[in-house]
Amino acid sequence: MAIQRTDGRAADEGALLALRGISKSFGPVQALKQVDLEVRGGELLGLVGHNGAGKSTLMNILFGVTSPDRGDIILESQAMDERYGPALAHRLGIRCVFQELSLCPNLSAVENALIVHPSLEGTGWKRRAKSLILTRLHEIFPGHGIDVQTPVGNLPIGQRQMVEIARAFTESNNLAKVVILDEPTSSLDSSAAQQLLRFLQRTVLDGKACILITHKLTEVLNFAQRVVVMKDAGVVADVSGAGLSRERLFTLMGSVERAMVTPEASSFAGMRRVDVVGNTGGPSELRIEAGETVGLAGLAGHGQKEVLHRIYAASRSGRDKGCRVTGSAAYVSGDRQREGIFPLWSIASNITIASVRSLSRGSFINPVKEQRLAEAWREKINIRSKSVLQSILSLSGGNRQKALVARAFATDAEIILFDDPTRGVDFDTKRELYSQIDSASRSGRCFVWYTTETDELFLCDRVYVFHEGKVVDSLVRSELSEERLLQASFHEA
Amino acid sequence: MANTSRRYAENAGSALAVLMSKRSTLSVIALVLVLVAVFWMRPNIARYNGVRLLLNLSPVLIFTALAQMFIMTASDIDLSIGSFVALVNVIVAGIASPGLAAAALLACVAGYGLMGALIHWLRLPSIVVTLGASFVWLGLGLMVLPLPGGDVPLWLSDAMRLRPPWVPAPVLVALVAMLLGHLILYQTSFGVILRGVGSSPAALERAGRSTLRARMSLYALAGICGVIAGVFLAGITTTGDANVGRGLTLLSVGAVIIGGGEFVGGIVSPVGTVMGALVMQLSGSLLSFASVAPAWQYSVQGGILVCILGLRAISWRRVVT
Repeated sequence: MAIQRTDGRAADEGALLALRGISKSFGPVQALKQVDLEVRGGELLGLVGHNGAGKSTLMNILFGVTSPDRGDIILESQAMDERYGPALAHRLGIRCVFQELSLCPNLSAVENALIVHPSLEGTGWKRRAKSLILTRLHEIFPGHGIDVQTPVGNLPIGQRQMVEIARAFTESNNLAKVVILDEPTSSLDSSAAQQLLRFLQRTVLDGKACILITHKLTEVLNFAQRVVVMKDAGVVADVSGAGLSRERLFTLMGSVERAMVTPEASSFAGMRRVDVVGNTGGPSELRIEAGETVGLAGLAGHGQKEVLHRIYAASRSGRDKGCRVTGSAAYVSGDRQREGIFPLWSIASNITIASVRSLSRGSFINPVKEQRLAEAWREKINIRSKSVLQSILSLSGGNRQKALVARAFATDAEIILFDDPTRGVDFDTKRELYSQIDSASRSGRCFVWYTTETDELFLCDRVYVFHEGKVVDSLVRSELSEERLLQASFHEA
Repeated sequence: MANTSRRYAENAGSALAVLMSKRSTLSVIALVLVLVAVFWMRPNIARYNGVRLLLNLSPVLIFTALAQMFIMTASDIDLSIGSFVALVNVIVAGIASPGLAAAALLACVAGYGLMGALIHWLRLPSIVVTLGASFVWLGLGLMVLPLPGGDVPLWLSDAMRLRPPWVPAPVLVALVAMLLGHLILYQTSFGVILRGVGSSPAALERAGRSTLRARMSLYALAGICGVIAGVFLAGITTTGDANVGRGLTLLSVGAVIIGGGEFVGGIVSPVGTVMGALVMQLSGSLLSFASVAPAWQYSVQGGILVCILGLRAISWRRVVT
């Protein structure tokens, strides 16, 4: 993949920070492959890309929270060795504003400032830390009105975010030379966001560098001097921010190579399974028919999971007036560890747990039936193991996920709810799952599929795009395009 | 000069603010209620000697509770503190050589720090490790002193009979304990790190701080408080008994919780904990003054604890909504 470079400056010259050939995988998933990046003093760099493009991993590596499998981190022309970690990063002037806040909620803003500045310790630390954090807060967010003595856990999220941002710019013996901000404006209101962006513009003038990771493209277009685009674990474009248009940025972010079969239209149309009415009581917002596969798209955390939970709850109780469900539902989560497998159980028990009622007589499970059911699904879905009686932990991550899908398929549920089920699963396993979904939908099952991977949306009959908890666009497969999805996700159509 | 005095006033003000913050308010109210009830039932107690005798054993529970508080600061829990205090008690009473006894006590504190490191390295739940450790302490105690008895150094038992002017010794001990605990956790910069580890270890690591060091320090502080509690116990009872710590562990948890502490999140109050310990101590006396049969006392004490915690849960919910 050729990197498009238009800024023309020589690499490495005066770079505060450089990454050379950084690669990192988590199990079968390659999070970063061969990433090069350099950041010069006086630069406000925008970093954009889809969910899962590798931005957050890159940031964790820069800050020493995760160490790369291969490649070098070079700070002020010195390559870092394996001792590189947050403590050293702080001393060398690298700061991060993390997306999930990294403040201790039981400590005040003053105390949270202290923990990143060991040199403030000793008598009088309270006064020194207080003036440090207050000065920055006043400078970045004039009129912020934050009580810096109260535990930050008691502050509203916007103020917490301000404290975290201001803290990243505080300087003692530890200077702030490169500040990386991951979605810093996600919980700020628009005036505070403007204050921050203008401060970033000002502060790079005295030689600092800032990396702004954001989904809000307007911020990048208006403020960044250089824009780096990441896609599929690599840097795909590195362009000057001046004169960059929104359309061009969309194009740079889009165009994923497609390698999947598109399923045929199903023949079960017409039988309504799910009908979710909008919060306002308006027209039907989301509907799913038997045999249909419906994708939920949009940026992560914009209400897709909530809809899945709502449909599931409605299928159990039927008390939700805004959500009518005909038939029973089964749920498959991509978060295997937290809401999926029973780690101490066998593969067979993990597959059959959702179907125990049909396997029991009275209160007793029929073990022969149980094993037969598990065995049947192991073959159908091709779980690679010698026996279904082995521990679930003997399987690889992808095969564990298959077992979870088998659990849902083994039930008699007509509606299967997918919560990003292919997260962290390798390509072959994905393809097997896709063909399973295809054949199951031929037999009349319907799928509600939340996915963070754009490619998977092209397998769906219809895609609903979410933004801030609402459906903002609905596309049938023939209308679906990368650009259309992006624009709707950013709600800029 | 004016600046310094203003700073002192500010510090005193913040100490008062911590004392009166909602977290420790409940323990203040509970303590006042219990004291009023005790004085109302036994008016004679409301004088120097009466208070001294009433609170005679309280330093043991106060320091045990502070030990528990340090562990709970790390969002852990210590099920072994009771038998640890008993172990210290038998070391003081059962090992005659002062040098050897002192070395043994130092080893005890080191053992506690090591327990913290073990919990950190192996990522084991503290509840499991300390449950195991409680049997280790008990076993060691029985090895030192298989049967209750032993001799306590004369200077120690004499020290327990000191009568400072105006304020009875146990009250003085309680005040010093509050002050020390508050200074360590809320006035030093190291205390900030110690509280941070209980609420967000990841945030602390990202700030470049060692969570191992913080946790070991908290466990070592707990060990020191446990040793102080055990020495008090030996001095007051003048004997050693490896089984004496049985009820102590849960009383100490109760004291921390009444004092406004939380099981998770690094939220504790040293001032509240000491008052909570006094409440637990006095409610025992109160029940015997009310001639509740000894067999009932544990249940009633437990009932009081549940009531107080229920009240706290309700009042907190109201604050939140």
